[in-house]
Amino acid sequence: MSGKHVAKNQPKTFTFSSENIKKMKEILSKYPETRKKSAVMPLLYLAQKQNEGWIPLVAIQYIADQLDVPYIKVYEVATFYTMYNLAPVGKYFVQVCTTTPCAIRGSGKIIEMCKKHISEKEGHLSSDKKSSWIEVECLGACVNAPMIQINDDYYEDLDADSAEKIFKSFKDDNLPKFGSQKGRKGSEPIKQRLTLLKN
Amino acid sequence: MLQDKDRIFKNLYGDDSFDLASAIKRGDWDGTKTIISKGKDWIIDEIKKSELRGRGGAGFPTGVKWSFAPKEPKEGRPHYLVINADESEPGTCKDRDIIRYEPQKLIEGCLIASYAVSAHVCYIYIRGEYVNEGKVLQQAINQAYENGYLGKNAAGSGWDLDIYIHFGAGAYICGEETALLESLEGNKGQPRLKPPFPALIGLYGCPTIVNNVETIAVVPTILRRGSEWFASFGKPKNRGTKIFCISGNVNNPCNVEEEMSVPLKYLIEKHAGGVVGGWENLQAVIPGGSSMPLLPKSTCETILMDFDSLIEAKSGLGTAGIVVIDKSQDIVKCIARIARFYKHESCGQCTPCREGSGWMWRMLERIGRGEADIAEIDMLMDVTKQIEGHTICAFGEGSSWPVQGLLRHFRKEMEDKCDPQKYYLRENII
Repeated sequence: MSGKHVAKNQPKTFTFSSENIKKMKEILSKYPETRKKSAVMPLLYLAQKQNEGWIPLVAIQYIADQLDVPYIKVYEVATFYTMYNLAPVGKYFVQVCTTTPCAIRGSGKIIEMCKKHISEKEGHLSSDKKSSWIEVECLGACVNAPMIQINDDYYEDLDADSAEKIFKSFKDDNLPKFGSQKGRKGSEPIKQRLTLLKN
Repeated sequence: MLQDKDRIFKNLYGDDSFDLASAIKRGDWDGTKTIISKGKDWIIDEIKKSELRGRGGAGFPTGVKWSFAPKEPKEGRPHYLVINADESEPGTCKDRDIIRYEPQKLIEGCLIASYAVSAHVCYIYIRGEYVNEGKVLQQAINQAYENGYLGKNAAGSGWDLDIYIHFGAGAYICGEETALLESLEGNKGQPRLKPPFPALIGLYGCPTIVNNVETIAVVPTILRRGSEWFASFGKPKNRGTKIFCISGNVNNPCNVEEEMSVPLKYLIEKHAGGVVGGWENLQAVIPGGSSMPLLPKSTCETILMDFDSLIEAKSGLGTAGIVVIDKSQDIVKCIARIARFYKHESCGQCTPCREGSGWMWRMLERIGRGEADIAEIDMLMDVTKQIEGHTICAFGEGSSWPVQGLLRHFRKEMEDKCDPQKYYLRENII
């Protein structure tokens, strides 16, 4: 369960773009006709994407109306799950995994870099309003620890230097390629690989 | 060591493409129609004989689970197959590789399993953070549809199947099967009371079988190569091959498919390049994802990695996410961080877990900082006992076991951190 920060400045209106209305119909077709409520989570994602990474309260009402469910049913989902942002985030939204497998491989250093290059405080926009960072729980890439997620992409096998390089690249919108920053393809051993050699 | 020819996931490292044509070359979708033509009972029986146990953590026999689904769907109550791809157990990252590099194995497994449990609709619940992996999986599903492996008369088997992906949104608890179903229905992910079990009353109140990604992805290969082949690996009741994720203080952290009952020391020394600073620098190992109690170095020397051996050592195989902790780490702080994870992820439904997970975290933090008194160590044990067994789902155990493991094996380290002077001071006050 997460404590959610809800933005003070809220837009007055929200409607899906015509493209997203099409997507909404596609999403609804995945679930039985009488179970429209199942689409709450994908629709919240759609709203978040359309609104630059966060969901305003009017969008929650809008989704509730689309699905014929009470406002609270959508609101409680939006506040329960950590990936829905109810307040603005940076264009580059950095999520740093600090759970034990990442922590013992030095995620603390990545946090230091976040404080230095993004903002001193977690969850606050950087001075150029371009990025923000938060600490998150295990992102499920433990053999590539420490790692961060920037928007949709995983940056893995980091150290202080490679993290710094990534954060500095926000300024020119010229991010390095996502994935391992040590040249691994996936989760194979970086050296002394013993298996699956004859593919 | 398991030979490459016996590895199920030949593209575990993504050396080859994930696309359908490459997957077929690797042997996927070979004779799926023939397998299905042998009938439900044969499939379930073969899976039972292979002694495949669920790879999501609990280790329930898969064939037995499938046999719990009613034989024929009743009017208005369709059956569902739900794949649990909400991989969030710290230390575990195996399903991610299956999804991004071997998606056709999962899709083929979905078809066979759906047929076995009479489902025409399958939902794959993937964790929300796996955006790119989800895209790959959707592409793979689209390719399967285009080539007749899904949809009406899937793979020429006469069985109709539709697969849909549903993204989670960052809640660890949705890996618990009933919380996952709640989430799929558009609710907060709070677990349901069992019974009724999902096999009878699951998604939308209909019979539902929930399986882990790895469990389903190995099914086609088992049926192609035979249950005897799969059951020839590992010890009795702990058969087959398994993907192990080795992370933490090792030289070459990696995922590797090995046979069950492989020695832990072998996995760390051979596949992961050894503990940083050598084997003597090892402090402890969490053998099965963060929920499982850690093992001290002495146990790590000889322990075999399977369900029953690890239970004997008062731990568990869980998801086989091995986290290696060397002597440079403060073990209390490592477990305190895990306790913080559980405090953050508790769904808040049951009081012992909601409150207790926070207590455990705060106490461990204080012990770690050296601000606790010795009596609190016993109190911490008491708190874990108040949580364990008093909650709706297994999260209660998952959050208290790692703390109990710490108390069992590292009590002295904890006591050393407690300041005796402070302890006397408090006694005087009382």
